[in-house]
Amino acid sequence: MTEIPKEEYLFKCTSACAGCSSSLVLRYVLKAAGPDTVLVMPACCTSVIQGIYPNTAMNVPIYNVAFAAAAACASGMSAAFRAEKKATNVIVYAGDGGTVDIGIQALSGAFERRTDFLYICYDNEAYGNTGMQRSGATPTGARTTTTPGGKPDTKKDIDRIVEAHDPPYMATACSAYPQDLFKKVTKALSIRGPKFIHVLAPCPPGWRYPTEQTVEMGKLAVKTGMWVLFEREYGKVTINGPSRAAMIKPLPVEDYLGPQGRFKGISRESVDALVSLARKNAKRLSLQEDGTC
Amino acid sequence: MLTIATGNKAVASAVKQVSPDVIAAYPITPQTEIVEQIAEYVTNGELKSQYIPVESEHSAMAACIGASVTGARTFTATSSHGLLYMHEMVNWAAGGRLPIVMANVNRAIGPGWNIWAEHTDSMQERDTGWLQVYVSTVQEAYDTTLMAFRIAEHDDVLLPVMVNLDGFSLSHINQSLETVDLGDFVPPLRLPHAIDVKNPRGYGPLTGPDEYFKFRWDIERSMRDSCKVIESTEQEFSRCFNRSYGFTDDYQVEDADVVIVSMGTLGKEAEVAIDLLRKEGIRAGSMRIRWFRPFPKLDLASRDVVVIDRDYSFGYGGILADAVRSKCRAEPYSVIAGLGGQEVTYDDIAGFIRGRRPGEESWFGVTSDV
Repeated sequence: MTEIPKEEYLFKCTSACAGCSSSLVLRYVLKAAGPDTVLVMPACCTSVIQGIYPNTAMNVPIYNVAFAAAAACASGMSAAFRAEKKATNVIVYAGDGGTVDIGIQALSGAFERRTDFLYICYDNEAYGNTGMQRSGATPTGARTTTTPGGKPDTKKDIDRIVEAHDPPYMATACSAYPQDLFKKVTKALSIRGPKFIHVLAPCPPGWRYPTEQTVEMGKLAVKTGMWVLFEREYGKVTINGPSRAAMIKPLPVEDYLGPQGRFKGISRESVDALVSLARKNAKRLSLQEDGTC
Repeated sequence: MLTIATGNKAVASAVKQVSPDVIAAYPITPQTEIVEQIAEYVTNGELKSQYIPVESEHSAMAACIGASVTGARTFTATSSHGLLYMHEMVNWAAGGRLPIVMANVNRAIGPGWNIWAEHTDSMQERDTGWLQVYVSTVQEAYDTTLMAFRIAEHDDVLLPVMVNLDGFSLSHINQSLETVDLGDFVPPLRLPHAIDVKNPRGYGPLTGPDEYFKFRWDIERSMRDSCKVIESTEQEFSRCFNRSYGFTDDYQVEDADVVIVSMGTLGKEAEVAIDLLRKEGIRAGSMRIRWFRPFPKLDLASRDVVVIDRDYSFGYGGILADAVRSKCRAEPYSVIAGLGGQEVTYDDIAGFIRGRRPGEESWFGVTSDV
């Protein structure tokens, strides 16, 4: 078992929603990163969760910045720290909207320029902070406040977009697997250059499931094969244990979709589209892991 | 050292001497020569800055912001659409109290594509909390860029400064340039609110109305305090290097019956027009506004005022004319001229003064059939 430090950098009693899994994610990210860390944060749920001036819910500096600007801001910050010979971790902590939609240009630029930083996208598959509007990361069929009939389009595959930049390290993770997340953040921060971790973060009010099921929902995403845990280290892909098991014997996708209000009344076609996309991704990752692709 | 340089190269030369820790920039005509020259300095080792070739102007300002909040000295340069594209971050830099220095090479805004001089780009950043200065010669571009760092980084200011120079008519013309041995004219930056991991703070979190209001007032308080800092910096510059400018560059204003107010290179052109008019027996003077923010106190009482605006606020009027009207209680003759690089000669400017109609507005070159 990985020893997770007892030190807390995310304090209790934040203004997060009950059952918020992104707070769990941040808690383990900061435990892995330690005190010599600055968070760069675009507009996202954590803009609210961190508290209201003059209070802060975190024991590391947070630089809040405009929605589209996080990765570029981190570029400047990292350059300034490195010029001063400081090894301070610069971590962007951004939601899916701030990553796959409005922030994608800055993200691409920072990765192309080999910025030494870690970009973490916590993905609750919609604009949570503003009341669950669809984002590019919303999956097919999910009802949001701007797709009341279910999203007709496919979830944008940000991992393949980031992969095209060939970063030295990238991974997916899920809030329900904190040990795996902790290890990935630790590993990412030991590598110089641009790193990316894409974390699935189930959202009780947005996905419409009972708050106490937030860990279970993450586990179901992985066990049904709808979310694949993998790492890509210097080009070498490894599918992580829980997803490896799910590829051999996945739980029925209905186990994951059923408890979520956002998928209520989802069409057969949309379910099929979700399953076929998940299978296609799993197959591609398996081939990459084997080195045949 | 006496040399020949373009306005752009003069800015780059000043930046090299001030040696920012981080420079982030994106190319746009007619600013390109500044960033090319800086990249050259960095590549050949004359300048030790971290140079970040960002993918957009929005990111240029964002990168400067991220660097600046660590306590680093930062610089960027842009023009026109680039400035407008970074608008959101221009606001962020001032609100974050970050002493970033930016050169803006004034250029018109499309459509249609027009790369020539106009001030409407920087005027659209008028209310962002940046100090704005407009220069008219290569020497002034160099001197003012040096001063801009000292002013922005002063404890009583801690606001960003935008140095504006006219596209092509200054950015690309060659004039003599006397560079200085800077010494300690620009002291090291000590940002009081620099990020410190040993004293973790939240920067720019959710802020309620009462606190937000105080932060806004604090910007204005510093903007007002910056007047003294500008004054003392100009005095110190004059003492060290024997050149002085002031809030306005006045030419034969003292005994003038009519004063023409303008900014940028047209202000230099106006001085030639004044010489011409004086020969005709017209007691005219020129007042070239250098610092537009903070806006200076102008003494224009009991004389005619003509204002040239190289900008426009549609449905309202010339932006400089508006400032003169409201701050100086003058009824200027407002001339809109030079938009999109329209040629305006000293003869034309003399004509504006001869044919002035106080209280009215005129678009130079526009006839009823246009």
